[in-house]
Amino acid sequence: MSRAVFNDRFAAAFGKGWLVTGFLFLYLPMITLIIYSFNASPLPSVWGGFTFEWYGKLLDDHEILAGLWLSVKIAFLSACLSVLFGLLAAFALVKYKRFSGRTLFSGMVNAPLVMPEVIQGVSLLLLLVSVQKAVGFPERGMMTILLGHSVMGLAYAAVVISARLQDLPPQLEEAAMDLGARPWQVFHLVTLPMISQSLASAWLLTFSLSLDDVVVTAFLNGPGSTTLPLVIFSRARLGLSPSINAVATLIIVVVAVCVTLASILLARAERRRAAEISAAQRSNP
Amino acid sequence: MRLAFRKPRWWRGRSLVIGTPFLWMALFFLAPFLVVLKISLSQMGMVAVEDMVKVADGVVQVALKYSNYLFLTEDERYVGAYLTSLKYAALTTFCCLFIGYPFAYFMARARASLQPTLLMLVMLPFWTSFLLRVYAWKGLLDEGGLVAQALTALGVDHVLLMMGAIEAADRYMHTPFSLVVGMTYTYLPFMVLPLYASLSKMDLRLLEAAADLGATPWVAFWKITVPLSKAGIIAGSMLVFIPCVGEFVTPELLGGPRTLMIGRVLWDEFFANNDWPMASTVAVVLVLLIVVPLAIFNKYQAEAQEKRA
Repeated sequence: MSRAVFNDRFAAAFGKGWLVTGFLFLYLPMITLIIYSFNASPLPSVWGGFTFEWYGKLLDDHEILAGLWLSVKIAFLSACLSVLFGLLAAFALVKYKRFSGRTLFSGMVNAPLVMPEVIQGVSLLLLLVSVQKAVGFPERGMMTILLGHSVMGLAYAAVVISARLQDLPPQLEEAAMDLGARPWQVFHLVTLPMISQSLASAWLLTFSLSLDDVVVTAFLNGPGSTTLPLVIFSRARLGLSPSINAVATLIIVVVAVCVTLASILLARAERRRAAEISAAQRSNP
Repeated sequence: MRLAFRKPRWWRGRSLVIGTPFLWMALFFLAPFLVVLKISLSQMGMVAVEDMVKVADGVVQVALKYSNYLFLTEDERYVGAYLTSLKYAALTTFCCLFIGYPFAYFMARARASLQPTLLMLVMLPFWTSFLLRVYAWKGLLDEGGLVAQALTALGVDHVLLMMGAIEAADRYMHTPFSLVVGMTYTYLPFMVLPLYASLSKMDLRLLEAAADLGATPWVAFWKITVPLSKAGIIAGSMLVFIPCVGEFVTPELLGGPRTLMIGRVLWDEFFANNDWPMASTVAVVLVLLIVVPLAIFNKYQAEAQEKRA
């Protein structure tokens, strides 16, 4: 066996092994969460039998249900705001090559991606408290949490949308302008349909980020505005609790189903679009 | 005849498109930093922060209290926490790179039809709640947990004990080990994705050319693949390192007394001690610490955008 073939086979086996181990590492915690949510014994080391007891208790757990409802509301609004501002920011960064303050703008839009959340939370809270001292508004609560999430979400939305905007062939927009379309018409008749997929995925991304946020929410929340992650976090700090496993399983299952569905739909839309394009090319000699 | 530049009609639209997010971020991302800076130089009153500028007896008094900063350098707890944060962030970045690079590499080399599925499988944990996944590690590493039992059975705990990563045999929770495992787990997708993006764009013919010129696959890997993926390595490392320095949730749930990180210190100063000026001082110094990696990250983002244009 020549050295090259041995290296190839070894590399292929090594690669498969590394990938499989890696995916096991990634998925093991989620799988154990799901399994232990059915464990009658609250201790993970003892298997007490299969039970739906923790799910039943979940329906009576008002703290969790209220937190879930609030989280979903905030996540929905925050995703909409993030995508709106993120779209504007992405458009500005991709289409307008030169404007004063571009470096600062680009820095501000990219920084929330990496800035530690404790800093974002503390700084925004101190600003809001100073404003509140001066004008008596806003009160800490759902609005302030929404604000914090939208600022963070803008960065993620801008990254996703600008990636798609940059890959767009400029010919279509130029053709539209040649045919007499105004900039706004070019945008909403030509550009927007082409980036609609990235808008949807940016929305989903910022939705899930907002739903899951702990630190910024902890700084910006007020009395009566406890979100689901805060409830889970305060319980998790105290120790292991099977009710968290039940919530976790539900969340994981819902997310997994949605992501898989979205991937399948995306792949199908991609195949359809490729088929349409090749059909168009064939009909044009 | 007066020549005047009349701005074309599309200028208004352009100003709106740039101005709206600019104003939004300037107000709610940039301005807060200035407020933090101001409060770090203020005195804490009974309930709220005292005003900096006071007018009394016809004299305008401006009080700039910089003793907070001095206190930071004097007290070992703060300096220790900063160093610990940098240490564990660097360690996590290294672990993510070590695990993530082969992962991204073999993903990029997999069959083209398989790659979207692999990508989706990597992203799926990222979409589910990170809080829950960190909580899951609590269950896995606790006494009697699956991973804890497996590690003890394999005898890994002796190795970890020697490395100083755990305190006592069979006690994996609330140790540097559990912290690094938790943080590596959380940030792995952040490392894999930029690496995958970078590696999948590589021209494989370069490797063929290297083989033709007599290089072994190992040499070709180090001399060609790694340098070409440098952009991905830098992006992934910054995406892991910078947030890790200020991490709070994972050290809180999985860390222990030996792993006091600066995120926790800031949290305690704010919520437990109610000392807002001190918390602000901690925040300002933290931002200064990460300003260099932040600048590297920004430069990379700008360059990546230029290259695609």
